Amino acid sequence: MLEKILLPALWETLYMSLSSTLLAVIFGFIPAIALILTDKNGLAPNIKVYRVLDVIINTLRSFPFIILMIILFPVTKIIVGKSIGTTAAIVPLTIGAAPFVARLIESALKEVDIGVIEAAKSYGASNFQIIFKVMIVEALPGIISAITLTLITIIGFSAMAGAVGGGGLGDVAIKYGYYRFKTDIMLYTVLILIVLVQCFQSLGDYLYKITKK
Amino acid sequence: MIEIKNLDKYFGNDKVLNNISLKIDKGEIFAMVGHSGAGKSTLLRCINGLESYEIGTLKVFDKEVKNLSTTELKSFRKDVGMIFQHFSLMQRKNVFDNIALPMQVWGFSKDEIKVKVDELLKLIDLSHKSTAYPSELSGGQKQRVAIARALTLDPQILLSDEATSALDPNTTTSILDLLKKINKELGITIIIVTHEMDVVKAVAQKAILLEHGNIIGQGEIEDLFLQPDKKMKKFLGEKEVIPEDGENIKLYFPKEIAQYSIITHMARTLNIDFNIVWGKLEKINNHVIGSLVINITASDKESVTQYLDSKNVTWEIL
Repeated sequence: MLEKILLPALWETLYMSLSSTLLAVIFGFIPAIALILTDKNGLAPNIKVYRVLDVIINTLRSFPFIILMIILFPVTKIIVGKSIGTTAAIVPLTIGAAPFVARLIESALKEVDIGVIEAAKSYGASNFQIIFKVMIVEALPGIISAITLTLITIIGFSAMAGAVGGGGLGDVAIKYGYYRFKTDIMLYTVLILIVLVQCFQSLGDYLYKITKK
Repeated sequence: MIEIKNLDKYFGNDKVLNNISLKIDKGEIFAMVGHSGAGKSTLLRCINGLESYEIGTLKVFDKEVKNLSTTELKSFRKDVGMIFQHFSLMQRKNVFDNIALPMQVWGFSKDEIKVKVDELLKLIDLSHKSTAYPSELSGGQKQRVAIARALTLDPQILLSDEATSALDPNTTTSILDLLKKINKELGITIIIVTHEMDVVKAVAQKAILLEHGNIIGQGEIEDLFLQPDKKMKKFLGEKEVIPEDGENIKLYFPKEIAQYSIITHMARTLNIDFNIVWGKLEKINNHVIGSLVINITASDKESVTQYLDSKNVTWEIL
């Protein structure tokens, strides 16, 4: 049972969550930087751009994930070639998580001491340098926390994606545990998820601790 | 070196600086003094373009600051270092890297950076802390690091925005000594913004006093403190406690007279008795100046004032 059902499911979950997190961080970073730049106290204030981004992010964040997944079926088909399966699940997971990541990174960057930014301006750093040499460096512990939080949230969502053909531990829990009343398998999947989340959280905390000076 | 003429600055509809005019010469230590909200930090930040101004001119090295393009402003800022009240160091970089950052931004080579940073670490006396992080340093040490960072690009002007306000008195003294040393040895013009009168007295040669965005006094430090006018007195929050009967005469001792024994000499010469009811001696820069209030009987008034005039002592009847 372990080798045949649980282990492959665990790999699927890891594959889905880790790739989606990586992609969501990449796609979330860009709007986060745009938000921080165009904020009214930012380096290049632009209320219009900020508002537009703000609305897009809020809209995407207000979709229930399961609905987002269904809406995105055609898009997924274009990108991956099919709309169901483990790889296909990465598309809605990424699109669902990217706006969340954007918000988290935006607030991590907002935490950077305004004085440090001002000091950088005072010795002639460009906006580009201020963002990449000062703000992101200073905000790294916060960004690490944000990524940890995203990964764990995506693990939860991936279980939902599993239910509609994405595979992974969520799929196993429903197929075996719920439909076939195999309580032991259900229990194992839950147990594995708990351990998984615990491990990632500890890793995240550790990285936070060593980067925070 | 810096010339400001009829400068006005608004925050929205609030006028925060009103008709500011001043001149700062090369090599001076110049203080901008005022209570919080007086506009002194805003004025300082106009000098390196961190704030803009609406009306008037502000010329540094003969260039109008608000007309500089983004690129010109960046290279202009190389010549104007700045230090801050809360040090503004990067928490995640050690002392060496914090000091090195401006040079990295300007694309200096690793070797050049190493040489310069080591030299500055020696100047600020923190060579042994080069790998420490800001969280491991005391406030005074942090400000020293910030000073070193402000000096990496060999500026001609150093702006100090309440740099000692978060420090205890002893540390303040050591930071001020360092600033004096920088002024003297490197010939850097220093502009200090502060609300602490002791800081002004300790280092500055000239000062302006700001209140609600207006300059209410300006000049040489000795003149400002020795014989404060009404506004200045109110500003300093000083009020003499003096007797109600008899005549109270306030004597001012500028630096040349402070060492002479005017008072005892007067008592002996005029053969009169009087009470010393109020007095103050202060160290301004390296001079001692003082003021003293004596209480005399009305009949002695004439002889006393004549004596004081003959000795060139400035006095006033309170």
